[in-house]
Amino acid sequence: MESFITWISNPWPWYFAGPVIGSLVPIMLYIGSKSFGISQNLEHIVAITQPEKVNVEFFRYDWKKYGWSIAFLLGVLLGGFFAGVVFPSPGPVQLSAAAIETFADWGVSHGDGLYPPEVYALNLKNIVVLAIGGILVGFGTRYASGCTSGHAITGLATLQLKSLAAAIGIFGGGLLAAHFVTPYIV
Amino acid sequence: MRFLPYLLAGIVFGFGLIKAEAASWYRIMEMFHFQAFKMYGIIISAVLTAFVGVELIKRFTSVKSIEGSVISIPQKAEGKWRFPLGGFIFGIGWGMIGLCPGPIFALVGTGSVGAIVVLVGALHGTWWYGLVRDRLPH
Repeated sequence: MESFITWISNPWPWYFAGPVIGSLVPIMLYIGSKSFGISQNLEHIVAITQPEKVNVEFFRYDWKKYGWSIAFLLGVLLGGFFAGVVFPSPGPVQLSAAAIETFADWGVSHGDGLYPPEVYALNLKNIVVLAIGGILVGFGTRYASGCTSGHAITGLATLQLKSLAAAIGIFGGGLLAAHFVTPYIV
Repeated sequence: MRFLPYLLAGIVFGFGLIKAEAASWYRIMEMFHFQAFKMYGIIISAVLTAFVGVELIKRFTSVKSIEGSVISIPQKAEGKWRFPLGGFIFGIGWGMIGLCPGPIFALVGTGSVGAIVVLVGALHGTWWYGLVRDRLPH
């Protein structure tokens, strides 16, 4: 039993994680011709929760047609709960020596868990940074009509040039922020 | 019951994102600084696996989906500028906080309050897009 818990709690090597995540593309097609992706759910949540008096036309559609997508979203939340709370990974994330040095330069600690308290602990500065980052993620993925899963994985695997354009944009934006913004806001 | 296969697929995705450490701020910053192969290995092997799976489905055209329909591959939304521009805006957010949408939801599932703040921001960003979309180049 103990060895099972150790086995299921450990982080996955890349050559296992990638194929498992990638296999969801044909699996979603096989279940019901659905495109693997997650960010459209941001739209569904807004459509469900938008109050009457701020009715923006874009969110006035029959979200009940997307029950399958909301079921997938609930699964992601549950999967996160199992992986993070029921079977949490032991110890800190195993980083390269170069990354450890970079984070030390930034004054970011590297203890147990997936993220540093300097970035995620709730204080005014962190709340502002996390909210702004979240706003850009929400705005950008809806503008691009997809995120890492929908464009960089599904779109590239189905050879759609639009997704290549999106993936290049995503990576360019990420590089810019990670090098010229993040070091100054942690 | 009809949605059970989607729920199970979601569980695999959420569990996988945490165990792949794709929901880790450390991993994402390490990736954008080209300091480890791991995240690139995940993305490249995910795309290759997905590509092979999709090609197999294309060849076995007689196979019906679980829901009983003929399998077709959904195409992305119409447009041109929205892809690089929207992607770039999203990328800046990703590089700032180390979370993209899948990991946001998976991390909310782990009970991270910081991830809930990001999610609330993402929902506002989504709403603002809906508000101004007619004025943006697509």
